Amino acid sequence: MIPGRQEPTRFEEFMEGIWKQNPVFVMVLGMCPALAVTVSAVNALAMGLATTFVLLGSTLLVSLMRKWVPREVRIATYIVIIATFVTVVDYLIAAISLALYEALGAFIQLIVVNCIILGRAEAHASRNPPGRALINATGMGIGFTIGLFALGSVREILGAGKLFGVALFGPEFQPWVIMVLPPGGFFVLGAWLLLFNWLKTRGAASGKPAEANVHA
Amino acid sequence: MTPVAAPVPPATPSAAMIRTLALVATVCGVLIVTAYQGTLTAVTANKRVALERAVFKVIPGAVTMREFVATSAGVVPAEGPTPAGGLRFHAAYDRAGALLGVAAEAAATGYADVVRVLYAWSPERQAITGFGVIAHRETPGIGDKIITDAAFLKNFEALDASLSEDMKTLANAIRAVPRGSKRNPWEIDAIAGATVTCKAVGRGINDSASRMLPLLMPELDKLRGDAGTAAGEGATP
Repeated sequence: MIPGRQEPTRFEEFMEGIWKQNPVFVMVLGMCPALAVTVSAVNALAMGLATTFVLLGSTLLVSLMRKWVPREVRIATYIVIIATFVTVVDYLIAAISLALYEALGAFIQLIVVNCIILGRAEAHASRNPPGRALINATGMGIGFTIGLFALGSVREILGAGKLFGVALFGPEFQPWVIMVLPPGGFFVLGAWLLLFNWLKTRGAASGKPAEANVHA
Repeated sequence: MTPVAAPVPPATPSAAMIRTLALVATVCGVLIVTAYQGTLTAVTANKRVALERAVFKVIPGAVTMREFVATSAGVVPAEGPTPAGGLRFHAAYDRAGALLGVAAEAAATGYADVVRVLYAWSPERQAITGFGVIAHRETPGIGDKIITDAAFLKNFEALDASLSEDMKTLANAIRAVPRGSKRNPWEIDAIAGATVTCKAVGRGINDSASRMLPLLMPELDKLRGDAGTAAGEGATP
């Protein structure tokens, strides 16, 4: 914690990832899976939950071991821990649903390079006790899942006329196919970022301090 | 004024670093192996169920199936890894144990990536009588019409796959032709706008059938004989 700054409450810690530092809409992190797998709401939810699982598991282990890990080998240690939980979630998804496993493809394994997870391990879990680290990781995981779901649901509705595989508009609907193609991911992400920035600007204009930072 | 140097933290002994990494590796190793062993049964069962569903979909009426390998030495029940040059296929049986058909996988490169399909071959009709897509990465809304396009799927109700007189290859190469130009029973009427994907399907099936059927045809009795009566082994009732 930064000296002189008041320690956030547990609620603030939890809400940080959901709103103020949302990984998708504010920090714009983890964009590789965010754009690649969000062609449907189910894929988006599954990827969000898988990432949350890895985030929670790695955060807990990093926080528990924080006093014994020398700073010289900390990054190697975090990567091994994160890769372990990615492997575990890889097995779990294959055991739960093979169809989902094939739909998510290589992006399950690519969770290992998701910068949200390494970022949380280095910036938060390695400096906080397990309880506080887990609360923060849960908020970040939920925030990431909400972000992916916001992308996936809009892309599925516009690009396939469906939500969770259920047709919404009848047989006459002409799907806007580009929305489930790679450019559609950028269009929808851009629209959501526009909305979030507009909300932040409106909040700042009404007297609230703008606290969030957008990272490249 | 002389600048004050930032305090340098004491160096960590090498033994401490090695000890930490060894501990982390051990904990992570235990976690991975536990997860693998804990999910192995479910993953294996999921794969079996998915395969059975795919086979029973392309061979309607089938209730049991067995896996075989066709090699130049003959057809044998599949056990363990596929021998070099061997081709895996699935024989499907009805409730009475009669052979209904054979399902095999085919693959070829389409527009975006490899298109993997499962096709059914009927020994009685000497034709391909069923078709399903296992995996593809083709363009949504265009290439993926091979899964849903009724006119395209109609090609696989009786796609000729008879063997030549010497029984060494297909009498006619299976191939996809532009929409509306199908003239022969071994041709696949492609989907307009998805010709590359359709051609990949035709190429994949032709490659697979031309290699497998010459090995399979002389051994059909092996599939009908003991295999038929023992068809319940390892299959879904």
